[in-house]
Amino acid sequence: MSGARVLVGTRKGAFVLTSDGKRETWEVSGPHFGGWEIYHVKGSPVDPNRIYASQSSGWFGQIIQRSDDGGKTWTAAGKDFVYDGTPGTHQWYDGTQHPWEFKRVWHLEPSLTDPDTVYAGIEDAAMFRTTDGAATWHELPGLRNHGKGHLWQPGAGGMCLHTIVLDPTNPERMYIAISAAGAFRTDDGGQTWKPINQGLQSPYTLPDPDAEVGHCVHRIAMHPARPDTLFMQKHWDVMRSDDAGDSWREISGNLPSDFGFPIAVHAHEPETVYVVPIKSDSEHYPPEGKLRVYRSRTGGEEWEPLTQGLPQSDCYVNVLRDAMAVDSLDECGIYFGTTGGQVYGSRDGGDTWDAIVHDLPAVLSVEVQTLP
Amino acid sequence: MIRVTLPVHLRTLAGTGEEVELAVEGPVTQRSVLDALEARYPVLRGTVRDHQTQSRRPFLRFFACEEDVSHEPPDAPLPGAVAAGAEPFMIIGALAGG
Repeated sequence: MSGARVLVGTRKGAFVLTSDGKRETWEVSGPHFGGWEIYHVKGSPVDPNRIYASQSSGWFGQIIQRSDDGGKTWTAAGKDFVYDGTPGTHQWYDGTQHPWEFKRVWHLEPSLTDPDTVYAGIEDAAMFRTTDGAATWHELPGLRNHGKGHLWQPGAGGMCLHTIVLDPTNPERMYIAISAAGAFRTDDGGQTWKPINQGLQSPYTLPDPDAEVGHCVHRIAMHPARPDTLFMQKHWDVMRSDDAGDSWREISGNLPSDFGFPIAVHAHEPETVYVVPIKSDSEHYPPEGKLRVYRSRTGGEEWEPLTQGLPQSDCYVNVLRDAMAVDSLDECGIYFGTTGGQVYGSRDGGDTWDAIVHDLPAVLSVEVQTLP
Repeated sequence: MIRVTLPVHLRTLAGTGEEVELAVEGPVTQRSVLDALEARYPVLRGTVRDHQTQSRRPFLRFFACEEDVSHEPPDAPLPGAVAAGAEPFMIIGALAGG
């Protein structure tokens, strides 16, 4: 019977949650790498036994872990992330130029076709790739060179490349997002990139409505059957593009707040989208103390709250940008983790929710593998 | 043999106990001890010293013979007791953060 494996990165280790296709009972393993920050754990789409994890620590720096047996055992892999050439400078908070400095790996995106190829999004923002199963990493320098990197500026959480979306129909096309620089696209496998931020409005930081870079994009999601349609949760505003990011329009509609971090698309319904509204950029918790996932079945604008099984009073957790994922079982499962250490799952498209685990460390990321 | 004690997370990472013993060629200095440590346990490269600059990571300290030698030059000789294996070279995680 098929099943689901949820990969959870937390402030103090990684956890692997496994269930059969019913997704009613879960086996929890972990903490793996206890005490370390695990920003992201993600499995290869072509080999579910191959999983990569970003392990880091303010004391000891960056480690990359690799598993070849579905997360049972792990081996430390290559961790040298050296910027290509002279790194140069980017804008600092005060507008001065600041040298590029590696801090950590935020996101690991395994290739859709090769388990040994993985893309890494790092802070300070750059994109790296391995083609040897994480033994060695090399920067794709075109992003910083063509994406006007010298104008990028860190957001409150640092200048991180946190989102990597691969086009399943075109291996040359990828999308990435950086806080607080914006979204970028390559159509030549990462050699050259262009900002794709037309239509984004960021009046709180960018008085120029036509600014090409400087937008605080929080997350981008795509349905694999509609690779030209992108959904974005921005610092404020939920956005949509139907031309591969060349232009964006707002679809926040009736959301109680259009601030938030994650955004996801239903595995079988390309117009069904999920967000978790957060009160504001200075109050990182749900409005009214009610943890609500909002679902749109119309590709945006019209949103309905999903509350059954989620706390509807006195809830002041956050849901971070990489902490929501969907499985592709017949009845699509949706999962998200909170800074309060809960991982919630729905096995009916969001109608009802259960806490798979209640008391983990603060959750940084959630990914799910649909097992054969 | 030079004795080196490791903080708990590095012991886990390298699969060692609290203390490891290393053969060090030539003068016993911070640099030569850490070079030997990283050669024996490659997974520790970058965890004690920055990959590129080779400078001590900010939240780690080095102690020898009950003295903080973190700010000594990397090529300065370590105390004779460390070179003789009577005392360990200690890598300590600073008490910081949560």
